[in-house]
Amino acid sequence: MLLSVRDLSIRFGPVEPVSGLSFDLDRGQIIGLVGESGSGKSLTAMAVAGLLPLVGGRIAEGRILFDGTDLARLPEAGLRAYRGRRIGVVTQNPMTALDPAQRIGEQVEVVARLHRGLSRQEAHQATIELLTALRIPEAGAICDAYPHQLSGGMKQRIVIAMALAGEPDLLIADEPTTALDVTVQAQIIHLLGQLVRERGLGLMLITHDMGVVAQVCDQVAVLYAGRLAETRDAPGLFAHPRHPYTAALIDCIPREGMAPGSLTGIPGAVPSAASYSTGCRFHDRCPRMLDRCRTEVPPLVARPEGGSLACHNPMGPT
Amino acid sequence: MSLARTLSPLIRAVRSPMGAAAGLWVLLIVALAILAPVVAPYAYDAQSLPDSFQPPSAAHWLGTDEFGRDLLTRLIYGARTSLSVSVTSIALSVFAGMVLGAAAGYVGGAFDRAVTIVVDLSWSFPEILIALILVAIIGPGVTGTMVAIGVAYLAQFTRLTRAQILALRSETYIEAARSLGAGGGFILFRHLLPNALAPVLVAGMLATGDAIILEATLGFFGLGAQPPLPSWGSMMSSGSALLFKAPWIIILPGLAVAITVVAINLFGDALIRALDIKTRLREA
Repeated sequence: MLLSVRDLSIRFGPVEPVSGLSFDLDRGQIIGLVGESGSGKSLTAMAVAGLLPLVGGRIAEGRILFDGTDLARLPEAGLRAYRGRRIGVVTQNPMTALDPAQRIGEQVEVVARLHRGLSRQEAHQATIELLTALRIPEAGAICDAYPHQLSGGMKQRIVIAMALAGEPDLLIADEPTTALDVTVQAQIIHLLGQLVRERGLGLMLITHDMGVVAQVCDQVAVLYAGRLAETRDAPGLFAHPRHPYTAALIDCIPREGMAPGSLTGIPGAVPSAASYSTGCRFHDRCPRMLDRCRTEVPPLVARPEGGSLACHNPMGPT
Repeated sequence: MSLARTLSPLIRAVRSPMGAAAGLWVLLIVALAILAPVVAPYAYDAQSLPDSFQPPSAAHWLGTDEFGRDLLTRLIYGARTSLSVSVTSIALSVFAGMVLGAAAGYVGGAFDRAVTIVVDLSWSFPEILIALILVAIIGPGVTGTMVAIGVAYLAQFTRLTRAQILALRSETYIEAARSLGAGGGFILFRHLLPNALAPVLVAGMLATGDAIILEATLGFFGLGAQPPLPSWGSMMSSGSALLFKAPWIIILPGLAVAITVVAINLFGDALIRALDIKTRLREA
């Protein structure tokens, strides 16, 4: 197992925005972490990359086993050996993820030089190959360009190239396509999927877009308000969602032949981490709420068909 | 390719007639200052008492002063003093300010608070007061003036750099660099400082104009370059006693200061527009 997160809890002072998260990821696999804004997806990604202290948080409990090493227990100096070299991060907004004062080529090359010990020339060669593999036309000319000269989709490819330049084993992509228009989104998602299969990477894809998940993910972990609602292989999850929240998210995917105005959202909003309710945190938005959902936290239990579920009143065959 | 790219803001800056005229004047003064021994018609300390108080004539284009020294020559050498003092002091100030501001903004904590308090304190005094006190401590002369002016403007560049670094620190590309394994020094020198550079350099350019006035003021008080080395300020000072007898002695260096400062400011403005960093300066 490449990455194995066990009972991860993240704290910011007294507030615990993420509690008891567990999931696994193997090489050549894509796991989708889905949920609305504020469900703790990005924090989980930062925790795995060891970047929580940047935003003032810390790992309160749990283990992040990466290739057998517990990253949660490593000091900053130890983590730096993993960042870029073993774990690549693709940041959320490609528009601001590149240094405006440096040429594209330099920004990608420096990662290869730092982590793979390549010479300037080797790094340049590797960068051109990488950009070409990412379907960037005229890679040589792009290397000489500054970020403001590129389109959004192109910038996102460069950001992906930076994450890949150290030849990491695990790629973390935090909503890599939210800032892009739909056609470019599809290309980037496709590209990420292909990279994973070809290079045998593990990809942790963070998104709130169930459509994206359906396209490429092998495994899905649905997060709600910092807790796991449901995990399962993607086909099973989409065919038979058991948690009402999963079902609601799937209903938010626009489908062909829908009547105008019939696309439903989920009423209400994700509670903030400081005011989580007792019991199941989804209960006040849940159409299948029972009395005990208000008071009892549903435990996360493994299911015979694979994956796990935390719900008192799940949907579908019981 | 790279040189053309570096020069392109300069080229854009001189495209407007105002920017071009200002740039031309600055260029002329700089050339005269550098080539002073070659272009000056006389030696700057060549006295000739019979020729004192001459109005402009064919032999002395801009007239002579109370010792019969050629005013054109002294203006040209004065440009040398003025420019070398102001440019050196501002360069020192910009460099020290960037180091201090970047360290304060990046390290933060108690160090940042200490720097900020000292800088804000000195910011509350006019530059001339700080410079006067420092010259009084160090002693008059070219070196003393350079240090005094440099320290007087230090607060400005420290504040500007610190503000830039603070604003840039939270940029996504800084987080991205860190997430890919970059260390603190790398982030500071490769990402933060290059992006903070442009506004600080333009502020330095504009401050050079002020520094010329400050240098002239110190010279006027007799605290700048010491005689017989000419400076525009000391020339005005000696001319002030002879305002009605030989007005050109005070008017000419006064004009030189005024036109040069205006030219530097206009050129700096044109450069700001060309670099498109007005908004960034305003934020700071």
